[in-house]
Amino acid sequence: MSGRGLKQLSILTTLVMLAGLLLVFFWVPMDDVEGFRQKVFYIHVPLAIVALVGFMAGGVEGFRHLRTNDRRHDANSYVFIHMSVIFGVAVLITGMLWAKASWGHYWVWDEPTLVSFLIVFLLYCTYYPFRYAIEDRDRQARYASVFAITAGAFVPLNFMAVRMAESLIHPRVFATSEGGLPGSMMFTFLVMLVAVGLLWITLVKLELLGKQTSGQVSKLRRALEAEGFATSADPEGTVGRRIAPNLESR
Amino acid sequence: MTPSLQALGAIVAKDLRTELRTMRSLPAMILFAVTTFIIFRFGLDRTALSGSLASGVVWTTLLFAAVLGINRIFLPEREEGGFDAFRLAPVDRPVLFVAKATVLFLYLVVLEVIVVPVFAVFFLNDWSGLVPLIPVLLLTNLGFAALGTLISSMAVNSRARDLLVPLLLLPLVVPLMIAATGATSPLLDSGGPSFDKFGTWLLVLGLYDGVFCLVGYAVFDFLLED
Repeated sequence: MSGRGLKQLSILTTLVMLAGLLLVFFWVPMDDVEGFRQKVFYIHVPLAIVALVGFMAGGVEGFRHLRTNDRRHDANSYVFIHMSVIFGVAVLITGMLWAKASWGHYWVWDEPTLVSFLIVFLLYCTYYPFRYAIEDRDRQARYASVFAITAGAFVPLNFMAVRMAESLIHPRVFATSEGGLPGSMMFTFLVMLVAVGLLWITLVKLELLGKQTSGQVSKLRRALEAEGFATSADPEGTVGRRIAPNLESR
Repeated sequence: MTPSLQALGAIVAKDLRTELRTMRSLPAMILFAVTTFIIFRFGLDRTALSGSLASGVVWTTLLFAAVLGINRIFLPEREEGGFDAFRLAPVDRPVLFVAKATVLFLYLVVLEVIVVPVFAVFFLNDWSGLVPLIPVLLLTNLGFAALGTLISSMAVNSRARDLLVPLLLLPLVVPLMIAATGATSPLLDSGGPSFDKFGTWLLVLGLYDGVFCLVGYAVFDFLLED
């Protein structure tokens, strides 16, 4: 089901990403102050925005799981958060590279966005040990949804609190109300935002499809075992699969 | 008095009575906090503190002492069947959330009533910042109580309970700590208390408390199901 349209989506993602990168490297004018290193902005900021939206979408899916008790929403929530954590690693790395190039240090404590992103990232990293520590599958899904909702509410509050605590000395690219960003840069940025968003969706769909397939495989294997055709050395599935939501149709 | 309020009162009274008889949380929290002050005395190599250093020491200590209490707040319910009894009783489930948060709030108040004066005796030259500190303490306690109850109820049914509470709680309380220390450090300045951005920080604390009290109240139902 999740597999439908995946091929077209992958092609679209590749094309938009390619177009975006071409714009970044060959079309958009160099930044007057920052020069070439400013180009990391076009990948760093979209990654961060997509990761944060993904975290909050994970909270929404968690809410829907609690409302409907449908396992698919828990799986969505898990994959959304999982993918956003991976994007989060990329955000932190690109952010640190940019910080090193612009300010000479890999880490700058008075950059509120960087600090709040780290806090959010660390919080979501605890999602894995938390899931792993709960054995009962229904309870695991329910508690993970509660976590996703709590953390989803936390994301905007955290950004507000950290921003208030820091002096705003660093470039707020969008902060100036009118004309903070020239049109060509804004356009390139938006193309890259769409490209990164599409990449996230493609990877999420791929991951969900993989989970669904492995669920089906283990279901079929069990059916075969019940018929006496095969024996399994690992009847419960691999140990590592335990924290991922179970997508076998029941 | 509505049945929910009655149940709330009964649970709070039960918990406080148990704590008075067994003394299993509060003395440990207080001892921990006082010992931590001594460690800070030598770790920082300072005999007097003021400003941001003072607020950092007092809030770090209170946070970790609170984690000790939060770890145990649901332990008797799990070990001695309180959860089962509660599920059998014809009471709304969020009542348990409110009751436990109230108990935690009271624990933290008792902790602070003892520990903050000790801190002042140990480190502060000027005590005039302590009175305006009270609303900051109370609002932060509310946030600790709501988040702590939520996290503790999630962690108590897992395998790694003692590990999960600090792991989940610490990132969640970072904004609370930012606001609390932001409000506290001008109060403890060496030149007498100043109220720089005091109201704004109280507003942030209040907003944070409000959001997580509501979230906790709303989702607690799902944590008790079995």
